[in-house]
Amino acid sequence: MTARRLAYASFFAALGDETRLSLIAKLCGGQPRSISQLREGSKLTRQAITKHLRVLERAEILHSVRTGRESRFEFNPQAIEGIKEYLDFVSEEWDRALSRLKSFVER
Amino acid sequence: MDHRIEKRVELQAPVSRVWRALTDHREFGEWFRVKLDGPFVAGQISRGQITYPGYEHIKWQAIVQKMEPERLFSFTWHHSFDPNADITKEPTTLVEFSLEQTKGGTLLTLTESGFENLPDNLRLEAFRRNDGGWTEQMKNIGSYVAQKP
Repeated sequence: MTARRLAYASFFAALGDETRLSLIAKLCGGQPRSISQLREGSKLTRQAITKHLRVLERAEILHSVRTGRESRFEFNPQAIEGIKEYLDFVSEEWDRALSRLKSFVER
Repeated sequence: MDHRIEKRVELQAPVSRVWRALTDHREFGEWFRVKLDGPFVAGQISRGQITYPGYEHIKWQAIVQKMEPERLFSFTWHHSFDPNADITKEPTTLVEFSLEQTKGGTLLTLTESGFENLPDNLRLEAFRRNDGGWTEQMKNIGSYVAQKP
């Protein structure tokens, strides 16, 4: 698996969770928010929210910025400028399909 | 930006053999990993179920464009992450398989074009269309890639 494919995969793996999807929904507007702000209306502990935020940060869906003693999280718009990356993803899928076709007709 | 994929592959099999592997719906299904409901017919929608491990919940939908025997097979398909997407309403890309006889067998050229038709922020689009089904799908993809790094 190439690095790009892995990045694409981790992007989707990071999204595969209701809580994380709701966190992104709150940050999609572009305004950075603190953990306390992100916790509003949620039953989750600060620790649980932090864990989810770190997963999203590792997948480069969010960035954290420090302001004073507090970390704020913001949406990384580059995470969704995916057309070039998506093209590479599809391209690799074709490589795999064509190699299956090759073994299929050459056997 | 060139929103297009092009692949060339030399196959050590006669053109007629490759043509059959591409256009016989059962043979296509075997290597592509999809269970198709019926034969490919130019101008008609082809439906089926993906059998690729981890993607089994995804429906196959394509509109067969051209079937020029032993020369060109093409179809359009969509790229939506929504399991309930309707191909007649979605933006599509064009997939073309063209065949040329060579000394050793067949030169197959695959092109997929029209990616500019897809929303620029394809992944955001996928996110926007999120419903329960999509989240479920992402979980499946997530566990699939975790198993097969």
